[in-house]
Amino acid sequence: MAFAHEQFQPEMGSVDPYSVLGEDGILRSGTTTQMRPDQIVDSLRLMLLTRVFDEKAFRLQRQGRFGTFSQVTGQEAAIAGSAAALDPGRDWVVPQYRELPALLRQGYPLANFMLYFMGNPKGGAIPPGVNCFPLNIALASQVPHAVGLAWGLKRQGSDGVVAVYFGDGASSEGDVHEAMNLAGVIRAPVVFFLSNNGWAISTPRARQSAARSLAVRAVGYGIPGVVVDGNDLLAVHDVTAAAVERCRAGEGPTVIEAVTYRVGPHNTADDQTRYVNEEERQRWVALDPIERVRRYLIGQQLWDAGLEAETAETNQKTVDDALEAALANGSTSADQLFQHLYADFPERVTQQRDAFARHES
Amino acid sequence: MATMTMLEAIQDALRLEMARDERVMIIGQDVGRLGGVFRATDGLLDEFGEDRVVDMPLAEAVIAGAALGLAVSGMVPVAEMQFLGFSHQAFHQIGPHIARMRYRSQGRFSVPLTIRAPFGGLVRTPEHHCDALEAQFAQFPGLKIVMPATARDAKGLLLASIRDPDPVLFCEPLRGYRLIKDEVPAGDYTVPLGKARVAREGDDVTIIAWSAMVQTAERAAEQLAEDGLSAHILDLRSLVPLDVAAIVNAVERTGRVLVAHEAPLTSGFGAEVVATINDEAFYALEAPVRRVTAPDTPYPLAGIEDYYVPDAARIAAAARDLIRMVP
Repeated sequence: MAFAHEQFQPEMGSVDPYSVLGEDGILRSGTTTQMRPDQIVDSLRLMLLTRVFDEKAFRLQRQGRFGTFSQVTGQEAAIAGSAAALDPGRDWVVPQYRELPALLRQGYPLANFMLYFMGNPKGGAIPPGVNCFPLNIALASQVPHAVGLAWGLKRQGSDGVVAVYFGDGASSEGDVHEAMNLAGVIRAPVVFFLSNNGWAISTPRARQSAARSLAVRAVGYGIPGVVVDGNDLLAVHDVTAAAVERCRAGEGPTVIEAVTYRVGPHNTADDQTRYVNEEERQRWVALDPIERVRRYLIGQQLWDAGLEAETAETNQKTVDDALEAALANGSTSADQLFQHLYADFPERVTQQRDAFARHES
Repeated sequence: MATMTMLEAIQDALRLEMARDERVMIIGQDVGRLGGVFRATDGLLDEFGEDRVVDMPLAEAVIAGAALGLAVSGMVPVAEMQFLGFSHQAFHQIGPHIARMRYRSQGRFSVPLTIRAPFGGLVRTPEHHCDALEAQFAQFPGLKIVMPATARDAKGLLLASIRDPDPVLFCEPLRGYRLIKDEVPAGDYTVPLGKARVAREGDDVTIIAWSAMVQTAERAAEQLAEDGLSAHILDLRSLVPLDVAAIVNAVERTGRVLVAHEAPLTSGFGAEVVATINDEAFYALEAPVRRVTAPDTPYPLAGIEDYYVPDAARIAAAARDLIRMVP
């Protein structure tokens, strides 16, 4: 597929998202996908897993057993599709906080994700060999990190690529501008993956920028940008794969804007009925990205009720096991306030740590 | 031993470490062909190439933020903030992210990053260049803050900072770049972070300072000596880690203490030193601890900065008052 700068010239027509898979689960006429059948099946299983998790965690939060967190429901194709274009062995994910499918695919344990949102710092641990950064709640500040990481990988002769995730709200932050600008100058092997889900808490996309698309900004940094249907797993994969290929070929960064929708609240503390138009929301609920892939795979005779049932069972067990593991590892102590702060602790900090320990015992 | 300016000593340290460790990279504004606006990186581009000495876009947040990413990838970046006064553009990267990455990742990622930043007044810079912001950064656990006062220390502390596995904010005094000159050993040596230095021995009053204010305190000590009074000067060298034992020793030496710094009075790092003395050495005091600082006003335009930055006469006057106090 082509990365056409031209589509972003305001006077030049459309910023229609690139799309492969129709809402009916049939490939649009004249389109193909580079996604292999096994990748599509794996991605569907992953999307179903995080959907189960979202529902379970939301219930746990309401029961007071889980902290404030943000669901990826409705945006799964954008995250799983882009992640499917990465090689977890050499590529990196630098997340915001709504990218569970990508983190799981990289190998970040679901139990750690749960611990993090239960408020236990142990959840921040990224196991050795897992190529992802910790969750980042301070929006957009992770984007410069990704550019530096990509730059460093390139300097050290790796062909690894860094995918950094952020949203339409975060894209208004200065860090995104500075990071994209530097990435263009040094041709960093980074994919800027902007999930435009229409909302920054209650602030709609139209209040973030007057630009026709958010990917149009790429032009200003001398790098390609593309708008893709974020609810189309195949299209998201394909544009991301093309961007990854560009990175590996030494051609530098790409901005991908995945147009999707946050069908739920911003997080468990939010009440979206105060600002979301219910008709609009229902239109997007009907565009469910999981259902679209399911229809496609059934049509390809790669999916059936048996696989659906088997996957549901496996996913339920995965979530239950993760919860069990998180609870088993959920002990806390005042010492955690100090753990991993320094390699060599200043004496005055170790004295404070010792005083806390004495107080606790 | 060669006599060097602080600037030459810093350049010496950078060159030495670039040659010793190929992971070391210098990134910043104008650090390449120009060699830095003060020439701290002069000649390094030709010696080590443009992959290792990199002129960056004029954007402090991404200089700091990308340096974090470089460090996590396995490089050892030395990032230059052209002036500490402009570092607020990167404040959100330095505090919540650079200082906390080891902690947030539960030890998976370390950030062996040194951020060099010149600061301080009396060199007639335009507005906003020279604010002494060190106390603001001292509220970021995980970040070390190093503030050398001599050329010898600048080299040894900079080498220790670059080799430290955690991030260091390395503040260099603008007016000391060329005015501070002393003997600097050739070759490789480090000065450990967190060990203060007795800059001058004395028995009547203790002056605690850091960076270029140590030199000002030494001039005050000369004025006091003319009156037959002897000042003991403690150079903290680093604010984090803080050498509390050395502070206690310096307090016990004279029982009369003043802290001098360039930042405004309220919530300056002097307040932390005074509180630490209160906790650790209260009964050694024979008089209240005094602070000689800038007033609680913004760093002014150059035409009136001489009124703002504490000078030797102000320090000496405060010291005389302290010595005269009867418990």
